[in-house]
Amino acid sequence: MIIPHPLLGPRDAAEFVYKGDATLIDRPDGLTASDDEMHDYAYLRDNPAGRHRELWYHEQGDRSWLVVTRDTRTHEILKVELARDVARAAGRAR
Amino acid sequence: MSQQNRIEGGQIDRSKTLKFQWNGRWMSGYPGDTLASALMANGVRLVGRSFKCHRPRGIFSAGSEEPNALVQLRNGAAQEPNTRATTVELFDGLSATSQNHRGSLDWDLMAVNDVAAPFLSAGFYYKTFMWPKAFWEKLYEPVIRASAGLGRLSMKADPDVYDHGYLHCDLLVIGAGPTGLAAALAAGRAGARVILADEDFRPGGRLNAETYAVDGSAGSHWAGMAVVELSAMENIRLLTRTTVFGAYDHGIYGAIEKRTDHLADSRGKPRQVLWRIYSKRALLAAGAIERSIAFGNNDRPGIMLAGSVRTYVNRFGATPGQRVAVFTNNEDGLRTALDLRAKGIQVTTLDARKGDRIVDTRGRKGIRQALLADGRNLAVDCIAVSGGWSPTVALTCHHRGRPMWRDDIAGFVPGGELPPGLTVAGAANGTMTLGACLRDGHAKGAALAAELGAAGSTGDGPLAEDETFDITPFWHVTEARPRAWVDLQNDVTTKDLKQSRQEGFRSVEHLKRYTTLGMATDQGKTSNVLGLAVMAELDGHPIAETGTTIFRPPYTPVAIGAFAGRARGTDFRPYRLTPSHAWALENGADFVEAGLWLRAQWFKRPGEQGWRDSVDREAAAVRRSVGVCDVTTLGKIDIQGRDAAEFLNHIYANPFLKLPVGRVRYGLMLREDGVAYDDGTTARLSEHHFVMTTTTANAGTVFRNLEFARQCLWPDLDVHLISTTDAWAQFAVAGPNSRALLQKVVDDLDLSNAAFPFMACTNCTVFDGTPARVFRISFSGELAYEVAVPARFGGSMIRGLMAAGEEFGVVPYGTEALGVLRIEKGHPAGNELNGQTTARNLGLGGMVSKTKDAIGSKLSERAGMNRDDDLCLVGFKPKDRSVLLTAGAHFLTPGDPEDMAHDQGWMTSVAYSPELGHSVGLGFLKRGDSRIGETLRAYSPVRNQDTMVEVCSAHHIDPEGARQRG
Repeated sequence: MIIPHPLLGPRDAAEFVYKGDATLIDRPDGLTASDDEMHDYAYLRDNPAGRHRELWYHEQGDRSWLVVTRDTRTHEILKVELARDVARAAGRAR
Repeated sequence: MSQQNRIEGGQIDRSKTLKFQWNGRWMSGYPGDTLASALMANGVRLVGRSFKCHRPRGIFSAGSEEPNALVQLRNGAAQEPNTRATTVELFDGLSATSQNHRGSLDWDLMAVNDVAAPFLSAGFYYKTFMWPKAFWEKLYEPVIRASAGLGRLSMKADPDVYDHGYLHCDLLVIGAGPTGLAAALAAGRAGARVILADEDFRPGGRLNAETYAVDGSAGSHWAGMAVVELSAMENIRLLTRTTVFGAYDHGIYGAIEKRTDHLADSRGKPRQVLWRIYSKRALLAAGAIERSIAFGNNDRPGIMLAGSVRTYVNRFGATPGQRVAVFTNNEDGLRTALDLRAKGIQVTTLDARKGDRIVDTRGRKGIRQALLADGRNLAVDCIAVSGGWSPTVALTCHHRGRPMWRDDIAGFVPGGELPPGLTVAGAANGTMTLGACLRDGHAKGAALAAELGAAGSTGDGPLAEDETFDITPFWHVTEARPRAWVDLQNDVTTKDLKQSRQEGFRSVEHLKRYTTLGMATDQGKTSNVLGLAVMAELDGHPIAETGTTIFRPPYTPVAIGAFAGRARGTDFRPYRLTPSHAWALENGADFVEAGLWLRAQWFKRPGEQGWRDSVDREAAAVRRSVGVCDVTTLGKIDIQGRDAAEFLNHIYANPFLKLPVGRVRYGLMLREDGVAYDDGTTARLSEHHFVMTTTTANAGTVFRNLEFARQCLWPDLDVHLISTTDAWAQFAVAGPNSRALLQKVVDDLDLSNAAFPFMACTNCTVFDGTPARVFRISFSGELAYEVAVPARFGGSMIRGLMAAGEEFGVVPYGTEALGVLRIEKGHPAGNELNGQTTARNLGLGGMVSKTKDAIGSKLSERAGMNRDDDLCLVGFKPKDRSVLLTAGAHFLTPGDPEDMAHDQGWMTSVAYSPELGHSVGLGFLKRGDSRIGETLRAYSPVRNQDTMVEVCSAHHIDPEGARQRG
């Protein structure tokens, strides 16, 4: 696969490490979250046949974490964002 | 040594003779021959035995689709089994032998299988060897193993080298037949960067095998001129002997190029190159493959595909026989009769469309007679069969393509979702006549080039006539009584198909698995469609409804060596050397792999009998005086920024916010699920500058997770990370004399306990100005320091430390002594931090802060991880002090049965302690903290050990920590 990196252009998937479901960005605050919320965050992942937002880490590159929107059936890559931008847009800060 | 079947013509070079050996007999051929054409020219008809029934078999085709002519090529370590003689380019000195027979090829002892064939029908594996059960291990399995497989491996290391390579292009054209050549010419002239790949050593495809004219000259001549033109273009790369075997994501294709297979000796050059081709567009011009017709005993040597007979006669100047019967259901088959007659060979035409039927044949080691339904018996030495042509759609299925049936050509054409960017042209797309293929190739090559922005003139497309194409599907001579083969390679007959259908295997995918139709090296290239058609006929369904199995990569077999490339032996993966590696080599070190690193395991001194002698000496020397160990391999991460402390406070389960400048703290990292995963020390060099260490094994993972936390979880913290593992050479200096040694090394730094206490750290210089960092940390439990210098000074640093320590009898120590020291001290390492244990299990539960949000702290509070009977890390010593403990042993209360219901925990790490004079262990024990002094059984049925142990503190030495603080 070739992942179009938002900063570095098309890069071979071999340069990346795959992490999975991008909902891992949505980590609840450990001091205020309920047990169930933390459990769901740590253990529950979607595994859809189709459009999936997932985390890729450009380990053999600039070390960016990316959110790649990919069709898991065709491997078509529909969108690539810097994970930091996605996290900030979701309201994460410090 | 006469080439009795050599006839005039062909694209071979008769000015030079090549000698080769077949089953020990010398024969001769010409440059341009394949092994198959040379064997044919020499009158060899029987070339192998079939897989299951050991039936005598001959050459069936002239290409990579060959099911029969599998031979063992070369000798010794270079021996290669299951090579298709039809694709082996002849070279001087080539040596090949037939395979899959016991005894000689002529008198194969295993041919008894053919007599036993009724018992070897479809699914016999699943039915036959079931009873009696006791026979399986002693009789059935050894016999099956002995007769399974085709050729034999040499069992020696492959002497050849293989390379990997990467290529980029605008347009990849797969196949250099008429369609591919026309397409490459058009796109190349327009200015596109084109790669044209073909599995053959001579581009041209069917043009080389036929007598058609293109642009007014012979097709093979036109192909040669096209190659000349393409070779002159800088934007074209022509890859011959290169099979594009797989279509992968985003325009990436896998291809295997045979670089030296056609030479007697590779002379150290790569034998094959595995190419990864990155293309913007691809054009599949892979042509079509002919198929057979099922009739009685249709597998005898001399029964061949009609188009292949033309290939041998027209391209190779070799004839498979002198009296040939052509059996065809289509117009193309009749070309064989025309071409053969033009060479003066006697031909009888049998047209299935006119009701001609072959029902049986005679001739055990070579066809002698064809028996027809109308009662005629023909004396023949070759039957050329054509059941029509199947477009080569394999690559179109590698993603989500599902071939579709086309009645007018009686074949499957590409259908469904093709790999994005792939276009199909010519016969592969069901365009079955030459003129149309050339037009299609030219038009598509031009269109793709234009799409890619190459605007040059494509010139005129080549012209040829469109021959008559007429086919009436005919698959199976139902009047035939004897077995009629569908898949020659797997010995699948029409009877097997009938039987499996009766047994309920109706889906094509089931049929394939049950009968093995279309498996093995040829993947059913000549048999799949025939098998499906017979199946459809039995079902009374149209073929379109029966459907087809799909194809997966690779298109043809690829050697595992090619996939491995250079990654074999010590180059299997990269390895890293520590800064003291050269010095360690000079000093007798044995090395061990730790992740990618090679670390010194111990340093053997003269007179030491085994590793224990060295390790005991090193560990004892550290406790007695001082030792030095290279700890560069531990992960080092530089963390800077105004929010660095806050960031670390999220990362470690224990508090880091208030760590003073100039101090080091032990930190424990948890996974988000609450399980401990890494530990190490982190030093605060200044207000906004920290240096973290991780375990050697987790250095990469920890860094990755820190970046995740930094970018995804707390994106606005002002913190920056860089891995400095390779930037600093770091040495542990441990033992009572470590202070005295190091004081000699540092410039203007007071190492006294008051000035530089336990867990202090600082930037400094050593040896008159070399920048350095000193940390007072201890893994061994002794007074100890770690000193780091920029990696380029690592080699001189080890020599400097050893020289400075000479007066104290300093020793270098390796990872084994390091292990002994930490087990004596009770520090957890990889065996304890095994991804299943919690801070509480490790006796570090109190460290986990409940007043901050750190990764994993929330879930570490779960009830299930805080049970009263949970495991605790404690120490063990043998009751009989002379016994050596065994890691992995399980603890049992004496008198309890040896089962998991009574399991009390397990031993994680053991070592012989030279300090204590006996073996010591660490392990997890249920409620271990309250069981100090108890006697238990340490039981290891795997290692055959059963010994009594005493539970003690994990800190076998200096439990109060006085030494490290002294």
